[in-house]
Amino acid sequence: MSFGVENFFNRLQTDDVIFSYKGDISSDIINYVLDSVEKKTEEVNDPSKTRKKVYNVLVESLQNLYHHVAVVPDDFEDQSSSRFGLIVICRNDKGYLITAGNFISTDKIDELEKKIVKINNSSPQEIKELYKHILHHQEISEKGGGGLGLVDIARKTGNKLEYEFIEYSEKFSFFTLKIKIDSIEVLK
Amino acid sequence: MEPIIIEGTPKTPTVRFDANEGIFLLEGRSIPENSVEFYKPLVDWLDNYKDNPLQKTVVEIKLEYFNTSSSKCILDVFKKFEVIHKAKNEVAVKWFYEEDDEDMLEAGEDYESIIRIPFEMIEIVE
Repeated sequence: MSFGVENFFNRLQTDDVIFSYKGDISSDIINYVLDSVEKKTEEVNDPSKTRKKVYNVLVESLQNLYHHVAVVPDDFEDQSSSRFGLIVICRNDKGYLITAGNFISTDKIDELEKKIVKINNSSPQEIKELYKHILHHQEISEKGGGGLGLVDIARKTGNKLEYEFIEYSEKFSFFTLKIKIDSIEVLK
Repeated sequence: MEPIIIEGTPKTPTVRFDANEGIFLLEGRSIPENSVEFYKPLVDWLDNYKDNPLQKTVVEIKLEYFNTSSSKCILDVFKKFEVIHKAKNEVAVKWFYEEDDEDMLEAGEDYESIIRIPFEMIEIVE
């Protein structure tokens, strides 16, 4: 059986989910997600340091979806979304886990995977230097930060990027990224 | 020169570039999807300002959040101030960050290491 986004999304709905969404990723939706999650993190009284990291990482994850998603496959159930993505946010005593998912065309996988592997093989100091290098030397594209998003996420969280490319069809895979943000207690 | 005054929104910062008052301020959140569009008028304004700057320009950055697409644009803004500084005018940047916000402090230090203008890091204690 081929990969089903609906099933995948449903399996992510565990008890510690504080927010989840799947569908079109528009500018308004990004505002809505950011607003909702910001309110939630205030309600549960997380230290401002944690709240800020979650907010920052969420901005980058959502805008990565906004700028980089592939068009949805022809046979996909939700044809109304021009930019289809999903985002699920869990919170427990260890911290936060943000899962983002989107379609990627098969020919783009190598490039993205190389980027992630490079980041994951870098030390915090190397990631900091990489960030500064891209900031200083790379032209910004209409699409955003010229690949700074993932570097920024890795830098702010200090964690490896967990990712998977799940084959959907010959032309498309579903890319998922799991980002951990440790709670301050764990950081100490 | 006509000042630029832009009210902040949840996604874009308050901007005040006012040569008459000697105020150069960016404050709030800078997380738009298209930051180039937002920052271009500021960079253009500074392009004019650099031809006839004040003897002393103090830039105040009080950002709570900024996204990576803004980070490059903010660098472009600093580059304009750097040109003014290179032309033997006094320029200083006051980089404000909230108490314990090490990420924002580090972001300021990134710019400080790239741009040749004196930076002062100022912690806002609540």
